[in-house]
Amino acid sequence: MSDATALGLWGIPLAVAAGAIRISTPFLFVSLGECLTEKSGRVNLGLEGTLVMGAMGGYGVSYLTGSAWLGVLAAGLIGAALGALHAWLCSKPRVNDIAVGIALMLFGVGLAFFLGKPLIQPTAPRLPAISLGFFSDLPQVRAALEVNALFLIGAALAPLLLWMLRRTRSGLVLRTVGESADSARAMGVDVNLVRRRATMAGGFLAGVGGSFLSLFYPGSWNEGLSSGQGLMAVALVIYARWNPVRCLAASLLFGGASALGPALQSVGVTWGYHLFNAAPYIVTLAILVAASSATRPLRDQPAELTLAR
Amino acid sequence: MKLLPQALLGRETAEVIAIPVGALAASLLVFGAFVASQGANPLGVYYDMYRGAFGTWFSFQNTLLRAAPLMLTALCTALPARLGLIVIGGEGAVVVGGLSAASAALASRALGAPPVAVLAAMLLSGLAAGALWIGLAGALRVYRGVSETISSLLLNYIGIAILNHLVEGALRDPASLNKPSTAPIGAENALGNLPGVEVHWGLAYGVLACALCYVLMHRTTFGFAAAMSGGNVRAALLAGLPVKRLVVITCMLAGACAGLAGMVEVAAVHGRASASLVSGYGTTGILVAFIARHNPLAILPVALLLGGIGASGGLLQRTAQLPDATVNVLQGILFIAILASETLRGRPRAAREPEVRQAAPASAVA
Repeated sequence: MSDATALGLWGIPLAVAAGAIRISTPFLFVSLGECLTEKSGRVNLGLEGTLVMGAMGGYGVSYLTGSAWLGVLAAGLIGAALGALHAWLCSKPRVNDIAVGIALMLFGVGLAFFLGKPLIQPTAPRLPAISLGFFSDLPQVRAALEVNALFLIGAALAPLLLWMLRRTRSGLVLRTVGESADSARAMGVDVNLVRRRATMAGGFLAGVGGSFLSLFYPGSWNEGLSSGQGLMAVALVIYARWNPVRCLAASLLFGGASALGPALQSVGVTWGYHLFNAAPYIVTLAILVAASSATRPLRDQPAELTLAR
Repeated sequence: MKLLPQALLGRETAEVIAIPVGALAASLLVFGAFVASQGANPLGVYYDMYRGAFGTWFSFQNTLLRAAPLMLTALCTALPARLGLIVIGGEGAVVVGGLSAASAALASRALGAPPVAVLAAMLLSGLAAGALWIGLAGALRVYRGVSETISSLLLNYIGIAILNHLVEGALRDPASLNKPSTAPIGAENALGNLPGVEVHWGLAYGVLACALCYVLMHRTTFGFAAAMSGGNVRAALLAGLPVKRLVVITCMLAGACAGLAGMVEVAAVHGRASASLVSGYGTTGILVAFIARHNPLAILPVALLLGGIGASGGLLQRTAQLPDATVNVLQGILFIAILASETLRGRPRAAREPEVRQAAPASAVA
């Protein structure tokens, strides 16, 4: 990240802040999607596959149609389709949702690499940036505040989802299914249908998060595009205690942490580059260890969730 | 979830054989339709895969070379599965096992140890590092209630970061310019080939580990206690079984197997530790374990099959002009089909008995 070079040490917080906004967007979308799915009592560990498929599909559609926003839509629809596959498999008896997630992760990533081979060369139209840095004369600040509309959409979606979960009927049904499938059945709710919708919606969001990777930042399609953002979704949601607004905060934090290594490198601190890159994982593990207990479940965790039991 | 056939006769056996084979055939059909939609001839692709995996002595040796680490990494998922745990940290355990094996080799070499001692040091440190790595995930599970799936997933990334940090820093061989790696362990310390074939001793380690794990998990009281804890943790606790200790020990054994795979990769294949250790064997091992239904003996043929699929990737690229990710697509389809086929198990019986709602997986380790 060259943003930091001219400003000396001040470049580090600036680059971290810029990274927090830029890198956090895929984190935000996958974690919101995973949050929604887990609220219904199922874990989708396959969002990494969904993310990469969304990145590939979004890029391909953007290239073919010339419209980046159509690419975003296509990425979401691909994600919803993968979510439907997950939900369908998990609705069968004796099928474990965690294992299905791992399988769909392998499948999605493999399929994306296979179908994406012809897309590595061509350049597709990218999503436009919104410049929020107009007040500043510093080019670094301006570059840092080149925000993408998807980030704003995601940031607005977080409180909206929280409101939906807390204040609407569909939110109540979703939470009931996640807390006690038996109670939901007694209420006459079709548990599998609710879970399928929640998983499809979660897949849609994760696909959109993937399209951000290929259509805005880094902004091209290649096989090293995702650095595990989809895998982190599950950890992020635990970290955010199944609250969409806290997902936003957690995503910003993880984005900032991911920007720390490159920012330090740009001012000449190369020691520990890889360790700083692993900072989000180490922090998540530390928080999990601190927040968990052997005798009671995690706070705010949907009771039907098989993951942390 | 029952992990193993109790009786080796009758419908149980038919189920155990027929369902995975049926899932395999179904996924090959789906895969064939997929490659056909991509303009390739499915029969030609099947033939190329067979040729690339088992067709010649050369390709069969290549398959065996790939199967060896898969046997060990599959055990990393299969052993904890007996206790109802889903561990997906094989990749990280391979990496730390390989890294510490390389470090041990360099340290003992500096002390002037003979090759036998160097190899022994590598073996022990590879086993120990993997054991501690996955043992940590197991300990966090039983003492802190942290999901072993999530912690082992995170440990993968942390292990890879430690590897990259050390091979680009403290342990870097200044001579490795393009690809940062540790100093070579030395040709005299390398793990040699089995007599008469171009396949290293790692294959023997893999077969031996699977056999030992089978005996341990299916023929000893330890294995019985583990299966009991995985089946019903309350009953196990009431029976006075040390469930926590069982989990930690099983996870350590599992990690030791994957660490051994890392040691073999360093000692027999790469000759040094570098980012090449992150080769996907840990991930494919998860698939092998699930197809083998976590039975250590079934891992042997399944690892051979998956090793063969991996080995055929190169030939597919050359003859059918299919991308290298073709193999990953087939693996994904196979994994999905195997999981979906679980639901067919025991169907006729379910019709006779009253429907019992499947409770949450009976794996809640207290």
